Amino acid sequence: MKDVTFGQYYPTKSFVHNMDARVKLLLTIAYIVAVFLVQSFHFLGFVACLLFLIVATVLAKVPILKMLKSIKVIIFFIVFSAVLQIFFNNNGTLLAEWWIFKITDIGLLNAGFIAARITLIILGASLLTFTTSPVELADGIESLLYPLKWIKFPVHEFALIMSIALRFIPTLLDETDRIIKAQKARGADFESGNIFKRAKALIPVLIPLLISSFRRADELADAMDARCYAGSKNRTKYKKMKLSYRDLLGTILMAGLITGVIFLNKFYIVLAVVV
Amino acid sequence: MFVKAENLSYVYGSGRLSFRALNNINLQIDEGEFYGIIGHTGSGKSTFIQHINGLIKVEKNYGKLTVGEFDLTDKKCDFKKLRSKVGMVFQYPEYQLFAETVFDDIAFGLKNFCPEMKEEERLVAVKEAMESVGLNYEKYKDVSPFDLSGGQKRRVAIAGVIVTKPEVLILDEPVAGLDPEGKRDFTALLHTLKSKFVKTIIIVSHDMDFVAENCTKVAVFSHGEIIAEGTPKQVFAKEEVQNSGLGLPLTSFVTDQLKEAGIDIDCDLTTSDFIEKVAETLQERGDRA
Repeated sequence: MKDVTFGQYYPTKSFVHNMDARVKLLLTIAYIVAVFLVQSFHFLGFVACLLFLIVATVLAKVPILKMLKSIKVIIFFIVFSAVLQIFFNNNGTLLAEWWIFKITDIGLLNAGFIAARITLIILGASLLTFTTSPVELADGIESLLYPLKWIKFPVHEFALIMSIALRFIPTLLDETDRIIKAQKARGADFESGNIFKRAKALIPVLIPLLISSFRRADELADAMDARCYAGSKNRTKYKKMKLSYRDLLGTILMAGLITGVIFLNKFYIVLAVVV
Repeated sequence: MFVKAENLSYVYGSGRLSFRALNNINLQIDEGEFYGIIGHTGSGKSTFIQHINGLIKVEKNYGKLTVGEFDLTDKKCDFKKLRSKVGMVFQYPEYQLFAETVFDDIAFGLKNFCPEMKEEERLVAVKEAMESVGLNYEKYKDVSPFDLSGGQKRRVAIAGVIVTKPEVLILDEPVAGLDPEGKRDFTALLHTLKSKFVKTIIIVSHDMDFVAENCTKVAVFSHGEIIAEGTPKQVFAKEEVQNSGLGLPLTSFVTDQLKEAGIDIDCDLTTSDFIEKVAETLQERGDRA
């Protein structure tokens, strides 16, 4: 249980680590848009996204192996959506047929396309969590949501909820570890039996965990109250976020990527003919 | 059952974030001992005791650990059976309660370790466990454990561990957060248990008076190593222990002060022995004068 790391932050110093969290969040969104802009079967657009990703990874000094590991978690999801595409696409030339399933060339292309799209998005999103600590992320989101104040959205409270949740994840993991051990010492068995038996075996862990969460929430509320916490008004930040030349460079690179993708979409046929 | 650790080591995490919690521990705890383990937080005490009932597994090439007939280094070791023989009471055990009634919570271990046990036998065992921790069976068996007071919750949690009659009982800071009366009751409970089925007690404590008063032997952990081991008298006389900042039992402190004043009292650091020896010395001096 101790090995579970949340948000998989990779602590080091790099160009990307030093970028502003707000910019990184926006750039990640822009990157996802770029991936979605790539039109069906124009795989060159994906190559452009991949190139961008590689440059960003190198700048972030995150080991390639660590990046690839983040795909491992959702490999089932990727394969599942790819397989759905293969079997339930009836357009194009028929390659093979079995019962109600038909495999067509377009189906295969679509499967590859979907798999590439999901993989690229996940890699991009992991790069954000690798290079931005959860606290920075929460601060960044708070700052980005600031305009919502105009429609009376409680931005500060929302950010507080987020940072408290993030703050207590390691604590809860510790607690879970302890309770699991305590119940194991009383003979609880979490490893054998079918899925229902295992789910039932978790009750002696979940109930104490829930109760202690409520206890902690009470204590935290009292502690904040005792220190006169009264919400958002006039609160300042210990760490101020500042834009730097890195953020400008990152934005220019991203603009380049989006232009490239749009260009490749438009002139794909021309390029294909020329090559 | 005895506990024997040979060159036992344990490392948390890996790579640059790793932390060596135990470093070549060699320790033998014989059957019948009331064994105290003391040391600062982070000294490896908890890691060590969690090894004893297999909650932390001994890793390959990290030493050897034997508990009675169980070889914990062996992959085929029956950990469930081991855990029924080695009971473990964690720090703040009241936070692990979960069942709807006190009875169900205490019977949890029984159901896990001896599923073939008959209902009547189970009833008797739970009743016995409740009485030995000082909870009235009829009054509390159908009460929700969450409606009890803190001290009572702790009793329920301890009953849930001793209900399977373990031969070795390990306790991690059991007196933390108890009032003086609770502490006295609890100490008495440990001694009663030890006169019944529990053969060995291993206890982690920061309360030096408790250790001097009750333990037959003590080991002092520091940075994953054992810096002193022996009877409380031997251990608290050592300079490393006196300088470690762990504090000394009051009896040890007073005998040291008296020694400096020229009065040598040779006691085993329990209060009763201390008073007896002081009375003897006073008597002698009175006779001489």
